[in-house]
Amino acid sequence: MSHRNIALETTARQIRRDIIEMTHAAKSGHPGGSLSAVEILTTLYFDEMKIDPAEPKLADRDLFVLSKGHAAPVLYAALARRGYFNPEELITLRQLGSKLQGHPDMKNIPGVEMSTGSLGQGFSTAVGMALSTRVTGSKSRVYALLGDGELNEGLIWEAAMAGAHYKLSNLVAILDFNGLQIDGTNDEVMAVSPVDQKFKSFGWNVLTADGHDFDDLKRVFAEAKTCGNAPTVILAKTVKGKGVSFMENQVGWHGKAPSAEERARAIEELGGADHV
Amino acid sequence: MSNPSAQKKMATREAYGEILAELGEKYPEIVALDADLSKSTKTDVFAKKFPDRFFDMGIAEQNMMGVAAGMAAAGLKPFASTFAMFAAGRAFEIIRNSICYPNLNVRICATHAGITVGEDGASHQAIEDLALMRALPNMTVIQPSDGVSAKALIEASLEVKGPVYVRLGRAAVPMLYPADTTFEIGKAMTLRDGFDVALIATGIMVNEAMKAAEILAEKNITVRVIDVHTLKPVDSEAILKAAAETQLIVTAEEHSIIGGLGSAVAEVTAEGCPVKVVRLGIMDTFGESGTPEALMKKYGLTSDHIVEVVLKNLK
Repeated sequence: MSHRNIALETTARQIRRDIIEMTHAAKSGHPGGSLSAVEILTTLYFDEMKIDPAEPKLADRDLFVLSKGHAAPVLYAALARRGYFNPEELITLRQLGSKLQGHPDMKNIPGVEMSTGSLGQGFSTAVGMALSTRVTGSKSRVYALLGDGELNEGLIWEAAMAGAHYKLSNLVAILDFNGLQIDGTNDEVMAVSPVDQKFKSFGWNVLTADGHDFDDLKRVFAEAKTCGNAPTVILAKTVKGKGVSFMENQVGWHGKAPSAEERARAIEELGGADHV
Repeated sequence: MSNPSAQKKMATREAYGEILAELGEKYPEIVALDADLSKSTKTDVFAKKFPDRFFDMGIAEQNMMGVAAGMAAAGLKPFASTFAMFAAGRAFEIIRNSICYPNLNVRICATHAGITVGEDGASHQAIEDLALMRALPNMTVIQPSDGVSAKALIEASLEVKGPVYVRLGRAAVPMLYPADTTFEIGKAMTLRDGFDVALIATGIMVNEAMKAAEILAEKNITVRVIDVHTLKPVDSEAILKAAAETQLIVTAEEHSIIGGLGSAVAEVTAEGCPVKVVRLGIMDTFGESGTPEALMKKYGLTSDHIVEVVLKNLK
């Protein structure tokens, strides 16, 4: 890791602690797939995207869609730490009356561009956002985070076909490629490989990156801007549960909240209690 | 109401094609999407006029609805069209989660609804779409009865904040309204007044109800005919007034008797003014191939059936 990424690394550790605190407090939620996407969202929200938390509806802003909507904790933590709302609200995740619904609700959360949760749909809406710039003239770039299990959905491939057909060079899909879904590994549940060849044959630019390496993520986001007349998919190799030793690569941590003891261990591994 | 242009016929989908192309001039934020059926749904009229604002999404209705949602989120006013079967049926959950839940300004103009699709048969005859769309929070549900009301209601739908489902037919139907008639979404039209029986109808069944009323008038039965062009929010006031002022309510729709107009009227009257409501529609069964006329006869959707039901139930 290079020296210049210290701020991003600090933010990522904070977001990881937030994910643990939120899911522990909620007694439910999806820590595994949230932790795997921390560097991806940190890079997007704190380095890559043209956004302004003070003006969430800024014209021509870049748009992010969390197609794997169950990773809501990482999105909420990134938005709060970026300044879209008070981080103290994070702890209300999944509580009755909270704006932080179990899956993202664009009506009530500043910075959430699309309500997601039902897999495949966010990607399709991102295609619509990217295509809309043809009519509006907006300079927005559109980023969509997909899960690898989500690739099982037929809608993903309908959207992929449309993205290439309309040559959406302003669309970047990032695959949180941690290899695990609820019932097991991707290949055990529904073999989706070779993912790179599938997207290539659909007409997409395919880039690969270490999904936990800020330099590598910055590199591919930059490269995606020079990919000509096609949308780009970034296959970001990640580790489910990344950063918490006992959660890493464990299918069981897809949709389970940490107990008090597990929370304490996780927070300690992540550099101790919240010091922001 | 007089019926000056009764000889002229027009399918509501034709009216949609014309008004969409007209509205496209007035509203630069209108875009149209189709799923490889633009010649049938009539979005091709808009497509020819505004090729840069028409997007064929191929035979992928789920993605079309998702794309429409994304475009609405980006500030456009998308009209998404395909056959009712594939709009309300196949893409139901995308409509629910990506359009209705975020309350986005998508107009779903679904054509070839009901049994009068005809020869294509049961696989293409959507008879459940009103039930599906009516059950969705935030959704406004419209079914015009002729070309005039189709144009006026589609234009009025632009004022609705949130999604709108417009149910349109394949077959040409007589014009029921003079061209300058004004319509308000959520406000039913009383086409004929009477105090013995109220025929509450929607879509192509409004014309059948008008014909039935003529026949019943000859038997000295006065008939109120109400065109419920907005299924949701339904005009409870007009329904309750009919319940209070007439002896019998008969509903008529080219849709399953489960979940559509008959259900809506029964719900309103059961809570507000319990009276006998007889539902006329497709009796919880699938259709089949045939000409629209033959199918309407076989499945009990003609003025003769309405007359029969009225005479049987009116004491």
